Amino acid sequence: MSGNMNINLKVWRQKNRKAKGGFETYQVSEISEDMSFLEMFDVLNERLISEGTAPIAFDHDCREGICGMCSMYINGSPHGPLKGVTTCQLHMRSFKDGDTIVVEPWRADSFPIVKDLAVDRSAFDRVISAGGFVSVNTGNAQDGNSIPIPKDDADKAFAAAACIGCGACVAACKNASAMLFVSAKISQLALLPQGAPEREERALNMVAQMDAEGFGACTNTGACSAECPKEISLENIARMNREYLGAAATS
Amino acid sequence: MSWLVKTVNSSIGRKVLMALTGLFLCTFLIVHMIGNLQLFNGDGGYSFNKYAVFMTTNPLIKTVSYGLYAMILFHAFWGLYVTYINRKARSARYAITNSSSTWASRNMAVLGTVLLVYIAVHMGDFWFDYKFGHVPFTKYVEDVTSGQLISQEVMPAGYTQEVKLAAFANEAEGTQTVIIKDLYAEVSEAFENIFIVLFYILSMGALAFHLVHGFQSGFQTLGLNHPKYNGLIKNIGIAIFAIAIPLAFAAMPIYFFLK
Ligand code: SF4
Ligand code: FES
Repeated sequence: MSGNMNINLKVWRQKNRKAKGGFETYQVSEISEDMSFLEMFDVLNERLISEGTAPIAFDHDCREGICGMCSMYINGSPHGPLKGVTTCQLHMRSFKDGDTIVVEPWRADSFPIVKDLAVDRSAFDRVISAGGFVSVNTGNAQDGNSIPIPKDDADKAFAAAACIGCGACVAACKNASAMLFVSAKISQLALLPQGAPEREERALNMVAQMDAEGFGACTNTGACSAECPKEISLENIARMNREYLGAAATS
Repeated sequence: MSWLVKTVNSSIGRKVLMALTGLFLCTFLIVHMIGNLQLFNGDGGYSFNKYAVFMTTNPLIKTVSYGLYAMILFHAFWGLYVTYINRKARSARYAITNSSSTWASRNMAVLGTVLLVYIAVHMGDFWFDYKFGHVPFTKYVEDVTSGQLISQEVMPAGYTQEVKLAAFANEAEGTQTVIIKDLYAEVSEAFENIFIVLFYILSMGALAFHLVHGFQSGFQTLGLNHPKYNGLIKNIGIAIFAIAIPLAFAAMPIYFFLK
């Protein structure tokens, strides 16, 4: 697949966590507007490899917007200019021939840079291990219909569960706060009866882990939700605050 | 008690303290604004001066006001502390940011600092002078039955009395003479200065932006987010706290400057 777009790319390159990084400029030509943003990077990387230079490291996996691996901060927005999509679902038709595109990694001290555009998001994994699960004994699953759940709660839980853990909320937030992510993970379980037994310790432990990871605190600017590819609602943050304060007051 | 210390020191707890103190300060603004509307009464400051005496002598109000001063300082410095922690969470900055949030919400600390400076100047202008400085006394004579002001006269320079307000009844004439510390005169003198007036107006602009985000943000932080009420909270924040109150306060220096 080739086309007639020429793009001027300014990409953040950094050898490792400690090294001093900087921008490198690349001209990428004959790009098709039907290519995804990551495919454009593939074209560039193939060229860099054939020229004998190191390709640009970036995270990706499913390339269909469901795994949360891709993570590029494009022209000042996580996942680029299009609303409600991940980097892998962003296509070159969102740009114009001759555009200069600046690509940076997620920047947060809790997400240290591994290399170039790839950052270490294991802080999220540790927050999840602190309580983002439901403990069940193995055995036959109960019939789903025996646990009635109000439609409204089910809808809200599903909407919160749409979070793919990409970290764009942290990247977008001026405080590098992870509260949208953590609140989505607390909410999806707090809203459902299956999550009820561990509800309080979950809120306390996940928030404590989030703080221990060094994320900033939310100041309700709303940038996270505006940039989130899954459009997770700020209502979840208010719910997390209630869950946490309620749990702290009664535990 | 350790759970309380731990909670208050968590990221959410720190925000909650900002929200609670901030919303309390919002209620104070309503009281302060309504009281100060008496500046517009056109009675030579009689009602405003009496109100000032009441506010500074009533033991309950005095107690609350010391709590209020403490809360202003706490809100300001805790806010700076929280801002410092939040900035530390991103030591390497982006080259380009394309903000998808409001300017006010991103600049609460800057706006708050302007307001802290403003409050210091404002307290120096009036509170300090009223308490420790030389404020003139004015003698008002009022008709007891109708409540009409009959005459008003500034006491000679150097006149002073033990109390802020001294009242003498003249039953034969049906009048009452009140000699009172004239804060109104202080206010009207201060606002002859264009720089003070401009500084006050600018600060009220900062207040408007601080509250357009701050009021609704306080509710969100306390977990009070419900689709049924979100619109109402947001509109109250805009109409009352970001428009009506700053406008009413800004009108005061303008009124005296033009008078
Ligand atoms: S809340 Fe949105 S932006 Fe944050 S991790 Fe989940 S999907 Fe990504
Ligand atoms: S690569 Fe999986 S969401 Fe983008």
